[in-house]
Amino acid sequence: MSRRTIRKLINVTALGLSGLATAIGLFFLGAILWTLLRNGLAGMSVQLFTAMTPPPGSSGGLLNAIYGSVVMTLIGILIGGPIGVLAGTYLAEYGRTAPISTVIRFVNDVLLSEPSIIVGLFVYELLVVRMGHFSAIAGAVALAIIAIPVTVRTTEDMLYLVPQGMKDASTAMGAYQWRTITSVIYPAARSGIVTGLLLAVARISGETAPLLFTALNNQFWSSNLAAPIANLPVVIFQFALSPYPNWQQLAWSGALLITVSILVLSIAARFVVSSLDAGGRS
Amino acid sequence: MNAIAAIEPAHASAQRLRERAFHGATFVAALLVLGLLGGVAFALLIGAWPALGHFKLGFLTSQVWNPVTERFGALAPIYGTLVTSFLALLLAIPVSFGIAIFLTEMAPVWLKRPIGVAIELLAAVPSIIYGIWGLFVLAPVLQRHVQPWLIEWLGPLPLIGHLFQGPPYGIGILTASFVLSIMVIPFISAVMRDVFETVPDVLKESGYGLGATTWEVIWQVVVPYARTGIIGGVMLGLGRALGETMAVTFVIGNAHRIGSSLLAPGTTISAAIANEFAEAVGDLYTSALIALGALLFLITFTVIAAARLMLMRLGRKALSNV
Repeated sequence: MSRRTIRKLINVTALGLSGLATAIGLFFLGAILWTLLRNGLAGMSVQLFTAMTPPPGSSGGLLNAIYGSVVMTLIGILIGGPIGVLAGTYLAEYGRTAPISTVIRFVNDVLLSEPSIIVGLFVYELLVVRMGHFSAIAGAVALAIIAIPVTVRTTEDMLYLVPQGMKDASTAMGAYQWRTITSVIYPAARSGIVTGLLLAVARISGETAPLLFTALNNQFWSSNLAAPIANLPVVIFQFALSPYPNWQQLAWSGALLITVSILVLSIAARFVVSSLDAGGRS
Repeated sequence: MNAIAAIEPAHASAQRLRERAFHGATFVAALLVLGLLGGVAFALLIGAWPALGHFKLGFLTSQVWNPVTERFGALAPIYGTLVTSFLALLLAIPVSFGIAIFLTEMAPVWLKRPIGVAIELLAAVPSIIYGIWGLFVLAPVLQRHVQPWLIEWLGPLPLIGHLFQGPPYGIGILTASFVLSIMVIPFISAVMRDVFETVPDVLKESGYGLGATTWEVIWQVVVPYARTGIIGGVMLGLGRALGETMAVTFVIGNAHRIGSSLLAPGTTISAAIANEFAEAVGDLYTSALIALGALLFLITFTVIAAARLMLMRLGRKALSNV
């Protein structure tokens, strides 16, 4: 074989393997979604959304768990979202060149990748030990702490995209910086900030580990924020590892619910940018 | 009207007050981010203190984990964490590299975005889903088809043979590594793709101009240029694998021992915490679990900080989605 043939052969082989790697990645995405659909759809019924989590052997649904997850996710983003947006605003506007901002950016990036189980232990020490028991509010705080770094990062990145000319125009009109930020920069970066918040919601709505030590679980309906509350991830965890077929079926249905909502949120976040931007320009 | 109002002294001072309040609010929020990391470290240290004070260095070197006699050693979870993460990276790096190459150098433009989005969606799937899938789908497949084959063909080999001996449990270190590798592939390939895209076209074109094949350009131009970013991306994946909890908890078997075989059940730091925390009775038991958490924090902080420092050079724009 000539040298040229060998080089071509190596080229084709390497590129073929790259294609194969991509196929492997897509295969697993497909395999996971297919399993979820097949097992999850089998348990889809009205009862899933109207009944409480049952004891082993009898029928039931996931109503209390769905409610708990929604409540904690909402409180989590209501606490974490504003903090994240404000901190991102500081990094992008007031403290853009401040030395402390470099440190904060670095710390935020580290927090972004820290395992969520650590956050769970932190909130356990911070709130659960003090209150003496597990509670929905502790779970919400844990989720808020996970949402903060995501929001800080996206907000900062999005504010950078606002043209300097717009800010200068506002300043030239005599506006103070807070007025420029709230009346000019935020509206201009609206779609980006909303995308960041949606991604943060997607991120926290599937978190399980931090809830194990904060919200725990509750077999019954509870709307008391100071008490343990049922939530989809922990219910899935407990039911999937149980030996009871009806619990396992509910775990699959819950898993399908969570995954579909998260995928819809993630895809929606991608479209928000284009649609809101288009709306703003027309 | 506003322009005239702004000249009015009372109006101006109210404006200044709001300015100061808003500036202050953003600054406090930013400091809070800084305080979070410190708070996490401090709270974990406080919680871990009773166990660390009781067992001293023995906590790191002992393999015994006995809640009844209240003797706790972290060696088995540390071993499990390191081995599963190492194996996961071993499997994930080549695949992620291939995906990044495919997305940046090979895929036609119309295919780039859908496949890129699909891989990113794989990253958005919560870890508990990987866990339940690993337990009910992957573990039985490995138990029936892959592990008997490994035992038969690799088990008798010298040196590495003992890694593949024993009964095929299905769940265990190897299965956990496999699930972990699927989980970190989207992260590593997303970073690698972003890094590859920072390579200037003119460099690649020079390579092609000299008659290099696509692969030669990738291996001799793109990879050397992007080396730091590639390592940073891999370490980010490592940080993720080290701390991953739910996916591992489902499939590792939760046994506090160091088996010589990769097919045997084991445990990791995060799996031990997730499994035992709610049932931990007694202050020493809880404190030992929090000490495990503090250990995990220390390990992951080091890895992630190193990764972020490496990726910092690339600028943040290129890596906005990781």
